[in-house]
Amino acid sequence: MSMVSLGRGEGAALPRRPEFEIQPIDASGIGEVARPLSTLERTVNNDAVRKVAILVVLAVVWELYARWLSNPLLFPSFGETVATFVGDLTSGTLLDRVATSMRSLLLGYGAGLALAAVMTTIAVSTRFGTDLLNTLTAMFNPLPAIALLPLALIWFGLGMGSLIFVIVHSVLWAVSLNTLTGFRSVPEVLRMSGRNYGLKGVRYVIYILIPAAFPAILAGLKIGWAFAWRTLIAAELVFGVSSRSGGLGWYIFEARSELDTARVFSGLLAVILIGLLVESVIFRAIEKRTVQRWGMQN
Amino acid sequence: MTSSAIAQPRHIAGPLRSGGRASPAPGADTVMPKLLEVEGLTLQYKTPQHLVTATYRVDCAVHDQDRYVILGPSGCGKSTMLKAIGGFMKPEEGHIRLRGREIVGPGPDRMMVFQEFEQLMPWKTVMENVLFPMRISGRFKRKDAMERALSVIDKVKLTKFRDAYPHTLSGGMKMRVAIARAMAMEPDILLMDEPFAALDALTRRKMQDELLQLWEQVRFTLMFVTHSIEEAIIVGSRILVLSPHPGRVRAELDASELDFRSVGTPEFGALSQKIHGLLFEHELGHVPQPEEPEL
Repeated sequence: MSMVSLGRGEGAALPRRPEFEIQPIDASGIGEVARPLSTLERTVNNDAVRKVAILVVLAVVWELYARWLSNPLLFPSFGETVATFVGDLTSGTLLDRVATSMRSLLLGYGAGLALAAVMTTIAVSTRFGTDLLNTLTAMFNPLPAIALLPLALIWFGLGMGSLIFVIVHSVLWAVSLNTLTGFRSVPEVLRMSGRNYGLKGVRYVIYILIPAAFPAILAGLKIGWAFAWRTLIAAELVFGVSSRSGGLGWYIFEARSELDTARVFSGLLAVILIGLLVESVIFRAIEKRTVQRWGMQN
Repeated sequence: MTSSAIAQPRHIAGPLRSGGRASPAPGADTVMPKLLEVEGLTLQYKTPQHLVTATYRVDCAVHDQDRYVILGPSGCGKSTMLKAIGGFMKPEEGHIRLRGREIVGPGPDRMMVFQEFEQLMPWKTVMENVLFPMRISGRFKRKDAMERALSVIDKVKLTKFRDAYPHTLSGGMKMRVAIARAMAMEPDILLMDEPFAALDALTRRKMQDELLQLWEQVRFTLMFVTHSIEEAIIVGSRILVLSPHPGRVRAELDASELDFRSVGTPEFGALSQKIHGLLFEHELGHVPQPEEPEL
């Protein structure tokens, strides 16, 4: 790194070396330039295969541990849990519970997204809107939705209204925050290109900002979904049944009070499976078709 | 080649002239049709700490089918000037008129090509990127737009890649898409902001050549910002030389006879020398025509 090593005696001519020109050598000896991957290589490269393998390993570990413990009241085995799960699924109880939960979940999630869309559109078009959204997000994002449940019960009573209120609260801030961050990180040239076409207002948001910020928006949607799901189960566990049919949370709560641990596990399994399904089927498909195809995310 | 004699006399006194002066009424027919008229243009923008004057009382006029190059050292406000013509910022003083009408905001009659590759919509294929502005503006019918897009993509030699997404293309190809997309709109004037600056030297050469070929075919009006003297002479038919910060008009030169083939000829060298002198006279000690070949 010293300066001394750079000095090589200025002015000294470089030794001359002969020049040459040749034809490039024959490259046909390489054989095929591109080779299709073998079946094994392709299988290992497949995301789904690797993930299923992880799940299988986890199930085996669970089964082995439960057998070694051999205390079904504390820790039922994987086999027992699956048996209860399948039994309740075929008898229709579980499906019924899932359907009830899903109804509140989708309503709350949808309402939350719609509100987030309105709020971020206002935030992105006026400076006051930005300040408003930033302040509100800073205030409410750290507030656990479940902490609002007592208030919701006073306002909306025991039932769907309260559930939707807390779900909207858990979805709205996470999604708005991510979307606004996404909008802000849209490259300036892309914005200018859009305006160059004469795009303004809502059309500008729809045609330029939303697709350009899609990776961040998608991340927000995922986080919002997870928050909504968590909040719902927690809320159902707290106030249980509304009218006659309870949701998944109630199913778990009921099983616990009957000390039916395998059923508690089966309820948790249902929560996990739905989460996995939404993440790895629905969101994955959206990701593949959008941000990955566009090269915005690997 | 005595290009200096062609420079319009009114530009020689450019920076000294007062802003208020008698000018032909907007839209009035003069001998040569002025497509774009810039008059006493002062541009300022704010950074968090400073108010920066980018250009000061710049006058210039672009005629139909000009390849009008704005050349100047970095920080002379040339890109800012192009942005103002694009309608992205308001002049502090002065006027910009396109076909006699004052420019009030961005619009597809002045399509811009930027230096950055992110200007393409990553969620659209090459074809969709070219089609998009035509659809948005509603100026062309669906079928018409399709045909125009195909023909312009063919012109920039990307037919094979028309269904590819921008992230799979090389820098030069992305730039060609941006040019194709702008040309398909048939704007009154094509604004290019250092379009080839981010490309490697070999690709840049090729793109300059292709741009000139395209111009030969279509004869569009082009406004081109660069900081490379060589590029200015090759690409431009007229060169507006701006002084360093804040940008003021220093000269307007003719380079319509010089292109690729003249690189290395004495005329090319002489013009290059002359521009070099105009740009760096302050550093060289106020010599109007510097003798020393310091390139």
